[in-house]
Amino acid sequence: MNDKPYRDIPGTTVFDAERSQQGYWLNQFCMSLMRAEHRDRFKRDERAYLDEWDMTEQQKQAVLDRDMNSMISLGGNIYFLAKIGATDGLSFQQMAGSMTGMTEDEYRAMMVNGGRPIEGNRYASEWGE
Amino acid sequence: MAHISASVYTSHVPAIGAALDLGKTDEPYWQPLFAGYEPSKAWMRAHTPDVILLVFNDHATAFSLEMIPTFAIGMAPGYAVADEGWGPRPVPDVVGHPDLAAHIAESVIQQDFDLTLVNKLDVDHGLTVPLSLLFGQPDAWPCPVIPFAVNVVQYPPPSGRRCLELGKAIRRAVESYDAPLNVQIWGTGGMSHQLQGPRAGLINSEFDRAFLDDLIADPEHLAAKPHIEYLREAGSEGIELVMWLIARGAMADLAGGPAPTVEHRFYHVPASNTAVGHLVLEEARS
Repeated sequence: MNDKPYRDIPGTTVFDAERSQQGYWLNQFCMSLMRAEHRDRFKRDERAYLDEWDMTEQQKQAVLDRDMNSMISLGGNIYFLAKIGATDGLSFQQMAGSMTGMTEDEYRAMMVNGGRPIEGNRYASEWGE
Repeated sequence: MAHISASVYTSHVPAIGAALDLGKTDEPYWQPLFAGYEPSKAWMRAHTPDVILLVFNDHATAFSLEMIPTFAIGMAPGYAVADEGWGPRPVPDVVGHPDLAAHIAESVIQQDFDLTLVNKLDVDHGLTVPLSLLFGQPDAWPCPVIPFAVNVVQYPPPSGRRCLELGKAIRRAVESYDAPLNVQIWGTGGMSHQLQGPRAGLINSEFDRAFLDDLIADPEHLAAKPHIEYLREAGSEGIELVMWLIARGAMADLAGGPAPTVEHRFYHVPASNTAVGHLVLEEARS
């Protein structure tokens, strides 16, 4: 077994080789949205477009729900998932903020004030996890 | 013979490109950031190289999960600007330098670094935002660029030590090229940021400033920093900083020469989700 010391970083999922295998089709679906005609087909009928991909039902539902944390936990990678955000007209800040439980304004204000501090955010134990 | 004259380091946040392209550089949010690059733009006008070897990472743009090379060098005469989902940035296409690229590829592979040779590579914000920050908005980029892509998307990226050693190999390759080219090497990405999960928005200025100090003065020590430290301290995407070590490794002091001079240093929080760092290191004139 490889050592994965990053598992105790709170609120963080590292996209390692294992995750990459889990999320292969989810991420390849996202990649397809880089072409305008695919974005159009997806927007016209999301369910039908998702059914063309060899994704798990959970992965499809997470996309339909735009549940970014769930997509990440099912093997999604943020740079691939960003294609969904672009299709929806969202900025990277809106996407990142949507995973934190904060409102868009709260998240933006936190960033302007120097971002999320490192103190108290290094170890899962500090989050009571 | 060709030589390396300077190394340049900068974050490559996509929102910076959007701010430039949409004419927002004078807005209070963005003004301090762009002001921080003005001294470097002036320096660059007086020190425009013949070629830039630009170390960056592709962000799920040219490389899908079908295949992600750890190190890839662009061999092509030119590179189109990618549509990342918002439409391509309105910036010039990139002109390559196939002859120097081929020379570097052949030399570096024979120095035990297994590069992937890429002939088609649409370049994303990782490459175009640094060019915009240093050159502004010209009709054409002022010199050819060799894209050098590093995997930092699919964990694990190459180690800091391997990146620094690769930079040293690139220096030897450039110095054995039989034409009097002035070459700059750029390292991009970082600084601290996390784009995913409930910890998104992490910024660690103390880590970033120490990284800049060590990059300047003690890169051999910095190269020993393990990945877990980047992930924990600088955020899951902060690990992009290993790419800066490739550029640093190409400087003369790591090959027994004099230390470079710091022409400019800048640090700013935030640009969107990210801490922005920037350095210009110029080789001592011989």
